[in-house]
Amino acid sequence: MEDQVRKFLQSRFAEAVVREENFRGDQSFYIKPEALYDICQALMEDTELDMHYLADVTSVDWLGHEEEMGGRFEVVYNLYSLQHKYRFFLKAMLPADNPTIDSLTPLWNGANWTEREVWDMMGITFTGHPNLTKILTTDELDGHPLRRDYPLTYEVPQFNWNKDDPPEVIK
Amino acid sequence: MGPQHPATHGVLRVILEIDGERIVKATPVVGYLHTGIEKTMESKLYYKAIPCTDRMDYLAPMMNNLGFCLAVEKLMDIEVPEKVKWARVCLAELSRIKSHLVWLGTHAMDLGAVSMSLYTFREREMIVDIYEACGGQRMMTTYIRIGGLANDIPPDFEKLVRKFLKVMPERLNDYETLLTNNQIFIRRTKDVAVISAEDAINWSLSGPMLRGSGVKHDLRKDNPYSGYENFDFDIALGEKGDTYDRYKLRLEEMRQSMRIIQQAVDGMPPGPYRAHVPGVVLPPKDDILHKMESLIFHFKIITDGFKSPRGAVYQGIESPKGELGFYISSDGTNRPNRVRVRPPSFINLACLPALCEGSLISDAVAAIGTIDIVLGEVDR
Repeated sequence: MEDQVRKFLQSRFAEAVVREENFRGDQSFYIKPEALYDICQALMEDTELDMHYLADVTSVDWLGHEEEMGGRFEVVYNLYSLQHKYRFFLKAMLPADNPTIDSLTPLWNGANWTEREVWDMMGITFTGHPNLTKILTTDELDGHPLRRDYPLTYEVPQFNWNKDDPPEVIK
Repeated sequence: MGPQHPATHGVLRVILEIDGERIVKATPVVGYLHTGIEKTMESKLYYKAIPCTDRMDYLAPMMNNLGFCLAVEKLMDIEVPEKVKWARVCLAELSRIKSHLVWLGTHAMDLGAVSMSLYTFREREMIVDIYEACGGQRMMTTYIRIGGLANDIPPDFEKLVRKFLKVMPERLNDYETLLTNNQIFIRRTKDVAVISAEDAINWSLSGPMLRGSGVKHDLRKDNPYSGYENFDFDIALGEKGDTYDRYKLRLEEMRQSMRIIQQAVDGMPPGPYRAHVPGVVLPPKDDILHKMESLIFHFKIITDGFKSPRGAVYQGIESPKGELGFYISSDGTNRPNRVRVRPPSFINLACLPALCEGSLISDAVAAIGTIDIVLGEVDR
């Protein structure tokens, strides 16, 4: 299956594939972020590969490793073929300031909440998303907690007892 | 509706726009239980991240332990002994039955059959007792560890499991006499919250929600892990994808789980309960008291952990709710750079508007129940 996916990507999106990686049997293709939507649309229409199941959308913050990774944020698309029982990953690297990528919600309804979660937790904007709002964190919380530079014990939610005296930043 | 509403199974809030009794628009609001588990796991050594996992899906804690440990084992390239695999399969399937029993009790209670939860919790107690015999804990077990188990399976494990296997089939038949042909139950569930196979795939649903629509996808068969390829069982499938189909399917899944447990206890091979990988897997407790090297490795692993190779792995397992996946991205240090949990309840819950828009308010209760959410996992 690996070869079929590679052939598919090479034949139609040769210039969009940056590099590929195989670690412990998990195949991933790093692609240029601007080509993501077209690749996924082509995958949706392709009946032979049958990559119609978007299992997950997630993101990784590579703070401190930007140069070797080619960007700070990594967006990971977890695609699965129900027919071939094969899984592979599409990954795109995004820059540190204003990370933006196309939304896949027009193709997959399942991407709706996962993309919202990535935006909420990591601050990556998905253009074309119908409702890109906070999903897990409270409305009062500023910032995106899963970024590596977001301190772990920073306490923002305020209660009655500390309403007038906001808690200190504990790093 | 919610967040404090008994039929929302925790702290789910659904904003319902209604026209009389009809739902025009449903918007689920989640996040009330968000505790930042993924963030916490990033800051911990691999071993110390395991207790975070069973706080997510607390109805099937062994499943979460198993998923995370399999992912770390994949990252570190550890092969576990056969006995561990069989014991894990046995415990995982017990977890599946345990989770389905809670689902059955609460779902039937939402739909008016209040006595069901009394019966299902009676059988759940037997599984919880098995947990207690294994790891000493009834809910947050943390029994499955990287490279093996927390301690050897107890001597009375087989007796307890066999007792459960003897009692359970009859009890399942009892449940069916209460619900399967119950006119009230049928009218509350047939043709309610229907989702077609195409829609289910498009919504990225997994587990009983996907199989209920007739899509044959079960990671235990499709991408076997932990030795599932050695077991003989069938995948239950629904036809129409309505609430009643998913009810029948989950009952059938419990029967198939019992088949697997039967095979697992019958053929449990002898052997060590932990892999022998010095420096990565904790040495057995007995060795620590008698061997100097084991004591040193134990101390090293607990205080400093182990260095993981750089790379990213994904391990998906078939949890009672659906595909539970752990994506671990490592930057070569002793702590994960990122742990992503693919939460099946969260992704399944996203389709709630599609299930209940246009139906009656009381059907929303059936729809929430049939998705089988656990808010600890939705919000993490």
